[in-house]
Amino acid sequence: MTDKFISIEGIARRYPGAGGGTTTVFEDFWLSMTRGEFGCVIGHSGCGKTTVLNILAGLDEPSEGTVIVDGQGIEGTSLDRAVIFQSHALLPWRTVLGNVGYAVSSKWRKWDRARVRAHAQKFIDLVGLTGSEHKHPSELSGGMKQRVGIARALSITPKIMLMDEPFSALDALTRGTLQDEVRRICLETGQTTFMITHDVDEAIFLADKIFLMTNGPGAVLAEIVENPLPKERGRIDLHRHPYYYALRNHIVDFLVSRSKSFAAEVTEHDPRHVPTVRPGVGEPVIVSPPRVVEPNPAQSVAR
Amino acid sequence: MTLSLRLRAAIVSIVLFAAFLGAWHLATRSSGTTAAMSPEYARLMGLTATQGKSAMPGPLDVGAKLWEHLKRPFYDNGPNDKGLGIQLAYSIGRVGLGYLIAVVVAIPLGFMIGMSPLISRALDPFIQLLKPISPLAWMPLALYTIKDSSISAIFVIFICSVWPMLLNTAFGVASVRKEWINVARTLEVGTIRRAFTVILPAAAPTILTGMRISIGIAWLVIVAAEMLVGGTGIGYFVWNEWNNLSITNVIIAILLIGLVGMLLDQVLARFTRMVTFPE
Repeated sequence: MTDKFISIEGIARRYPGAGGGTTTVFEDFWLSMTRGEFGCVIGHSGCGKTTVLNILAGLDEPSEGTVIVDGQGIEGTSLDRAVIFQSHALLPWRTVLGNVGYAVSSKWRKWDRARVRAHAQKFIDLVGLTGSEHKHPSELSGGMKQRVGIARALSITPKIMLMDEPFSALDALTRGTLQDEVRRICLETGQTTFMITHDVDEAIFLADKIFLMTNGPGAVLAEIVENPLPKERGRIDLHRHPYYYALRNHIVDFLVSRSKSFAAEVTEHDPRHVPTVRPGVGEPVIVSPPRVVEPNPAQSVAR
Repeated sequence: MTLSLRLRAAIVSIVLFAAFLGAWHLATRSSGTTAAMSPEYARLMGLTATQGKSAMPGPLDVGAKLWEHLKRPFYDNGPNDKGLGIQLAYSIGRVGLGYLIAVVVAIPLGFMIGMSPLISRALDPFIQLLKPISPLAWMPLALYTIKDSSISAIFVIFICSVWPMLLNTAFGVASVRKEWINVARTLEVGTIRRAFTVILPAAAPTILTGMRISIGIAWLVIVAAEMLVGGTGIGYFVWNEWNNLSITNVIIAILLIGLVGMLLDQVLARFTRMVTFPE
């Protein structure tokens, strides 16, 4: 990890619990990503994924720790970090052009109308909504609304795109198309993206790195899975790749059993140096750091 | 043959109206007995005693009188004899002024209450206490302090229309969807711009609903207020015609009060539709 573009350093989130105590959602959480990388966080509900994303966005503040983006500690929200919300969060009284234009004019306050319009139009075209500029969100399908959300986020040319389960409310077909679009756009623009998802296949298709989180409260980042599939992968023949099932099984195994038992079984987990795993043919290979990870007895029996 | 719902409803409305007019006419036509009396005495007694005419005017009397008023809506024959148009204009003017002041006070204040939990909690006891007070209860206090009956009436309109607007604005502002606020925050939109570009459009339907409730209440209250303060206005007209025992004019005034109230409501309803957004 030479170039840490995003570096989450030892953040914690605590809420005052019932009866005077505090509930710790997660603590001592470290995560870093390089420029142009696509990272996906997978974990069960309640593990604090959304909180991590909100802290990264500046919408929420960590109880402890800092987040550094591009060499600077973040303070509040920023136009450098665009968020694509799960519920698209379009302003319903504005048209498609109005919604994207609102973001554009927020970034470049001195631009005149025509310039804002032209810039917004470029990104509406990019997400394939040409012809729907003057429609209101209520006239659009769920997938189209989320496209507007993506156009709005991209239009401010952010350093990072943050996506909070952006496709979870969509039907499978629309979700597939939008995943293709997002992958195309991210590859074209070299956008650094941090995404939260529940969908293992979505993570495998989109992400370069998949961050596996254990169950909360007291959630930790258990493992970083490097995606062994080639960059130019297609959604259609993804499952034919020899590494696909190793990768998928590894993630599913984690979600089904290890995310629950991780805290009890792995006693020497160092949150600053989370093991990176690169599943290939056969057993997953640990590539870094060179540290012995206790073999999971439950898994050994199963194999 | 099936007519559109709107047409069928219109037919039923007309039938009901005709039935009402017919019943009214039948109930008030001359049917009483007439006592024999000397012509001089008869002149003193009026038509009720001499021709058996009902004291209640019939629809034809009201219609004829209404036509007379409509022909000359703006005459002014001194303090107690002004055209209906003038009286209504006085009332609408008072309502408009009091209502406008209420808008100017309630909407910014409602914004503050909606945006700041501290102010919301701090002002809550005052609002809860002041809101249920009948606006007319303020009248003596207003007359004593302001010392002008016309301005007192405007104050009463202000005090009655301020609450629904204030509470609806505060509620609308406080319940703007968190995600829309978050959109503005991630775009680094400043507080003022956020208030005008996100919170105001999002809360506008709720605010306008409050304004619509307020105009209705203001129009209800102005009649009562003018009965108290006297001088001009449709409320004063009603009371004055009651003192004149002109039931015909009282009925006409009631009709016009309803009509103007309906128009005011429709205007606000149209504004509400303009700012409502489908989700």
